[in-house]
Amino acid sequence: MSHATIAPVTRAISPSAIPLHDILPWAIFAGLLSLVAIYFVGAEQGATSIFEGMYVHEFVHDARHLLGFPCH
Amino acid sequence: MVPALLMRGMLIGILAGLLAFGFARVFGEPPVERAIALEGAPSHSHGGGDTADTHGAADEPELVSRDVQRGLGLLTGTVVYGAALGGILALVFAYAQGRLGAIGPRATAALLALAGFAVIYLVPQIKYPASPPVVSSPETIGPRTALYLSMVLFSLAAAVAALAGGRRAARALGLWNGAILGGALYLGAVTAAMLALPAVTEMPAEFPAALLWDFRLAAVGTQAVLWAALGLGFGLVAERRLEAARGSGLLRAA
Repeated sequence: MSHATIAPVTRAISPSAIPLHDILPWAIFAGLLSLVAIYFVGAEQGATSIFEGMYVHEFVHDARHLLGFPCH
Repeated sequence: MVPALLMRGMLIGILAGLLAFGFARVFGEPPVERAIALEGAPSHSHGGGDTADTHGAADEPELVSRDVQRGLGLLTGTVVYGAALGGILALVFAYAQGRLGAIGPRATAALLALAGFAVIYLVPQIKYPASPPVVSSPETIGPRTALYLSMVLFSLAAAVAALAGGRRAARALGLWNGAILGGALYLGAVTAAMLALPAVTEMPAEFPAALLWDFRLAAVGTQAVLWAALGLGFGLVAERRLEAARGSGLLRAA
C-alpha cells in the first residue's frame, strides 16, 4: 500500500493470483473428468460408442438436440 | 484454494444446469415435439436395423419413452453438462483471477463465462447450428460431429491466440487498440475457418421455417441461461471464498 503506482493493465499480476503449479494437477484431473462427462452428454453412441446399444443416446436425446450437439 | 473453487464451480454448474433444464423444458420441448410430430411417429427412435426407415416406424419399440427423454433425460443432460462446464470454468478462473488486470473476481468470472459462451458455443453454432430431431441423417452423424468439434476447437485456439496477440499489442498501442486488434484477429480467424470447412446441408426444403426458428432460439436460450447462471453465480461464491482466504492470509492453503 506504500506505493500508489498503477501497473500497466496488461502486465499486472496481482499477488492474489494462484501459482500455476497449484492449479495444474487439478486442471488435469478435473478437466479430463469434465471432458469425459461432456462427451457422454454430447456424443456417446452417436458418432462413436464406448458402450454398445443406443440407451445413452436415447436417454440424453433431447438435451443433445437442445444443447446444440450434432444428433439425429 | 483450487479444490475449493473447483467444488464451488461444479455446484454452481449443477444449479445452472437445473435452470437450463427449466428453460429447455418450457421453451425447447414444444418445438422438439412439433418436429417429431412432423414425422408422423409418436417417438423418435433409432432402434431399427433398416437405416432408410429409422425414423418413421411407429411400431418400433421405444428404447426410452418420450416422457423420460423430455424429463429425466433432459435434466440429466443439462445438469451433467452444467457441472462439467462449471468445473472447467472454475479451473480457468483459478488461472485468470489476478492475471487479467484490474478487475475483481466477479467481473473475471462474468467475463470468462461470456467469452466461453461466445467462443465454444455461439460462434461454432453460426457454422453448424443446432437441428431439431428428425431432420438430420443418422449416417452422417460421424462427419457432422467431427466438423462441429473441429469448429469448437478452432474457435477456442483462435481465441487463445487472439488474446495473446491482443495483450502484446496492448502494451505497444494501449488497451483499447489492443482489444480491438485481438477481437479482429479472432473474428478473422474464425471467419476463415467457417469459409474453409464444408457446410452441412441436410435440412429438408419443406421443413417449416417458423418451427426451425423456434427450436434454434430455444436452443441458444438454453445455453445462454446456463452460461449466465454459471458466470454470475460462480463469480459471487468465488469472490466470497477469495475474500475469506485473503482475510485469514491463507490464500495458498486449503
